Amino acid sequence: MAMQAETIADMIRSGIPSATVTIQDLRGDGEHYSAHIVSPSFKGLTRVQQHQMVYKALQGKMGGELHALAIQTSVPKE
Amino acid sequence: MENIIFERIKKDISENDVVLFMKGTAAFPQCGFSAAVAQVLSQLGVRFKDVNVLEDATIRQGIKDFTNWPTIPQLYIKGEFIGGCDIVREMFTTGELQDLLKDKGVPFKDAA
Repeated sequence: MAMQAETIADMIRSGIPSATVTIQDLRGDGEHYSAHIVSPSFKGLTRVQQHQMVYKALQGKMGGELHALAIQTSVPKE
Repeated sequence: MENIIFERIKKDISENDVVLFMKGTAAFPQCGFSAAVAQVLSQLGVRFKDVNVLEDATIRQGIKDFTNWPTIPQLYIKGEFIGGCDIVREMFTTGELQDLLKDKGVPFKDAA
């Protein structure tokens, strides 16, 4: 079962404080997306930890319903 | 049951400098993301052990529990979890992967 882009964005926003989320549907099949997440809460974390925060926000959907979500994380420029 | 799997994973990542838990093998990857990471490593001339999680369902789940990381592939360098496809590709593009290999004393051929 595919997921909608907005659902993914909403889940990430509610799971990660003050996150700006941009989602791209890579193939229009509802299963292959890329997401760029910018949030000050990533500050000081390794990339692995930042991505784990995103996966946690997605409440276990990643690797299951959501087959492919390419993630890019960054901290807002000061 | 879980610690047997964790012990096997720990053994693999301690006995080999670079380990890639992937779908398929280096020669015959069976998933685009696994193929992408294997390709980055071969482009850098890095020797690595490929572990085909499709051949062993317990490893396929065990590795995700081991790192609290929900997807495959997963790359380890000198026993440290580096990341999945997104992170490895990003680090390769920025040159951080090459720096990490240098720091950890893992031989590779720098295209630069």
